[in-house]
Amino acid sequence: MSDPIIRFDNVVKRFGDHTVLDRLNFTVNRGEKVTIIGPSGSGKSTVLRILMTLEGIEGGVVHVGGEPLWHEADGVTPASEAHLRRKRAEMGMVFQQFNLFPHMTVLRNITEAPVRVLGLPKAEAKARAEELLELVGLTEHMAKFPHQLSGGQQQRVAIARALAMRPSILLFDEPTSALDPELVGEVLGVIRRLAEEHDLTMLLVTHEMRFAREVSDRVVFFDQGRIREEGAPEEIFTDPSEERTREFLKTTLEPSSP
Amino acid sequence: MLFGFEWDLSSPLAFAVSILPMLLTGMWVTIQAAVLGFALALVLGLVWAVLKAAPLRIIAWPAAVVTEFLRDTPLLVQLFFLYYVLPEYGIVLPAFMTGALALGLQYSAYTAEVYRAGLQAVPRGQHEAALALNLTPARKFTHIVVPQAIPRIVPAMGNYLVSIMKDVPVLSVVTVLEMLNVARIIGDRTFDYLIPLSMVGAIYLVMTLIASAGVRALDTYLPKEGIPLK
Repeated sequence: MSDPIIRFDNVVKRFGDHTVLDRLNFTVNRGEKVTIIGPSGSGKSTVLRILMTLEGIEGGVVHVGGEPLWHEADGVTPASEAHLRRKRAEMGMVFQQFNLFPHMTVLRNITEAPVRVLGLPKAEAKARAEELLELVGLTEHMAKFPHQLSGGQQQRVAIARALAMRPSILLFDEPTSALDPELVGEVLGVIRRLAEEHDLTMLLVTHEMRFAREVSDRVVFFDQGRIREEGAPEEIFTDPSEERTREFLKTTLEPSSP
Repeated sequence: MLFGFEWDLSSPLAFAVSILPMLLTGMWVTIQAAVLGFALALVLGLVWAVLKAAPLRIIAWPAAVVTEFLRDTPLLVQLFFLYYVLPEYGIVLPAFMTGALALGLQYSAYTAEVYRAGLQAVPRGQHEAALALNLTPARKFTHIVVPQAIPRIVPAMGNYLVSIMKDVPVLSVVTVLEMLNVARIIGDRTFDYLIPLSMVGAIYLVMTLIASAGVRALDTYLPKEGIPLK
């Protein structure tokens, strides 16, 4: 367990006066499935957004695949666009709002980037897409447009789209938060299969505590821009050592309480 | 006589029939001015919209000032400016070209707003997904943003096409022989204004109805499957 594929060293992220990440130190090992939990505004999603280069950082260094992400190899010079593109290629992201391209069919959503970015021949990209659609159980919806699918189906397409780029790291930003309760299960089912059958590194931000407990190798509890507690799911969920963790888990396990 | 056609004053109907070719000659000029001005507005408006969205303020700010100026001053003032001031600096354009330029300039300020609104209506998540998939900025713009912006832009642009057609008669003050000017000349020479002016109104109605129907047809035909327009 000494091969960190993701490493945050003293990372600081601010939005105006608000410090979202406060000298965060955090690592994820290759192949590890890590879930980030915590109250909203604790900086969970920001971690993913920084990795996907959707947000910059104000301090510290982020490493992805053994190389600085936001800096060139020397760790000091700000990253060039070419460097960012190369690092981005190692990751895939699944968004809370799916963010499928509404004007493209399901198939085109999945093949667009492999063809345009990786330069894959169309036939090969299509074969890859078909394989992935089978994985997420949507083969018969290939020719449909996203709006013709349910939220759960759209999110499964989004997962296939991210996988089509063959990333070694997959980031899930609250993938089921925008879904109707009855559709959550099918998406979690797909993520669970990926976690069990693939050696992908997975970093997941979620409010689905039971799911987090089942699929994660490690659970990280975020609070106020820092890691308050981390450990094996059993530990965190049954016997947290921090009072703050206990309080948080209590509120989430009783969803009816306001 | 006008444009080689003679008018026939023997009866109102004969008069109307005889001046129709003259008015249609004017109509052709009106259409050319509107189309040329609109084409210019479409291109220049996109340029303004892109400049105004520039992250650098020294680029965005002058573009904002120019479009504000174009939008908030009368077309007639701009037209006079181009027609009487430009020649002083050695730029002499035919009256028709000056008129089309004035129309295009003023409407470019309006179309810039349409473009801006259309481009901004594409949700941020689309940009983020494109970035996460490593699509280049150019590819993102042409294949993700623009196809989603176009169906939002077309109806508003259609309104401006109709509007620009209705503004063409302003060009008559710099001697452009568009349809209204032709009708006025016929009136001046025959002392019958009622028939030529009524015919101009009727022809205008037909023209704008056709233009509106064309825009609606384009809007219906455009691929917009799945794009949320509200």
